[in-house]
Amino acid sequence: MKTASPHQTHPSIPDPRSRILLQASSEDHHIARMAALALGLSVLEAAIPSPLPGVKPGLANIVILIVLYRYGWRTAAWVSLLRVLAGGLLMGSFLSPGFFLGLSGALCSLAILAVSQHLPQRWFGAVTHSILAAFAHIAGQLLLVYFWLIPHAGLAYLLPIFATAALVFGTVNGLISARFIPDKPLEQTPPSLPLSGEERDFLSP
Amino acid sequence: MHHIKPGDWMIFLAGTIFTLWLANSVWHGGSADKAIIRSGGKIFRELPLSHDLVLEVPGPLGYSKIAIHNHQARIASDPSPRQYCVRQGWLKQAGEVAICLPNQVSLELTGNNKRYDSLNY
Repeated sequence: MKTASPHQTHPSIPDPRSRILLQASSEDHHIARMAALALGLSVLEAAIPSPLPGVKPGLANIVILIVLYRYGWRTAAWVSLLRVLAGGLLMGSFLSPGFFLGLSGALCSLAILAVSQHLPQRWFGAVTHSILAAFAHIAGQLLLVYFWLIPHAGLAYLLPIFATAALVFGTVNGLISARFIPDKPLEQTPPSLPLSGEERDFLSP
Repeated sequence: MHHIKPGDWMIFLAGTIFTLWLANSVWHGGSADKAIIRSGGKIFRELPLSHDLVLEVPGPLGYSKIAIHNHQARIASDPSPRQYCVRQGWLKQAGEVAICLPNQVSLELTGNNKRYDSLNY
């Protein structure tokens, strides 16, 4: 006959003091999935050699623009900042100057998008938001570089190069994003993120 | 290409114009914007190169005529025997100097970059 040991605790109820339970909602899962897509693009982009440090195609911004159109600014901000954070951890550049440059660029471009998202959609498509965000991105980065890393007026000589890169890549990214954005005008409130069980293909229109 | 809206073209054009303006203003390559005219060692006049004009500068030998035209400056005529300063022709870059020693008149162009720390003559 087995007698229960006096020290044996009940097996099915977890001790609440022994671990922290984070309940991830399906909204969290969706944001994480989109951030992972953006992250994948930035890893891919890391393989492309760049003529000048800081001149990058910014392919992950395509995802962020699509998210902005489909789910609104708050979701896009989540995806963008998660991408910067996770990208820094993945590349091993977390808290390095490059990481802060990416962060300042992301914050400035999100700030511009918060304003420009109210532009009438009949006249302004994804290319507009992409170009504006790209210029805000380089402006934020150059300001950070000037006030923190290289406080030298000679930085001004690099301005035309970064401006050209912002214009070219902003346009290209905007064109690619526009391809995935539905043509019908977006309702005022963006559609809610899919509930669990409602798996929606991110890229289908 | 119905993904591109009219406002997109506008923003693209605005971005292009802004980039070109930036390149032009930052990469101007040391061009001058001011002419400093000295007579007898002291500054006689400082003139911007933006307006065309002709100026007569008095000296011991007579008047030296200085002409400003098209963002350039030169000593047009001078009562010196060998005319070195006149033969120098149009000055364009910042830091360029034309000196008429006999008449004690000098013309110097200045801009953002200072070519020489100081000149004594």
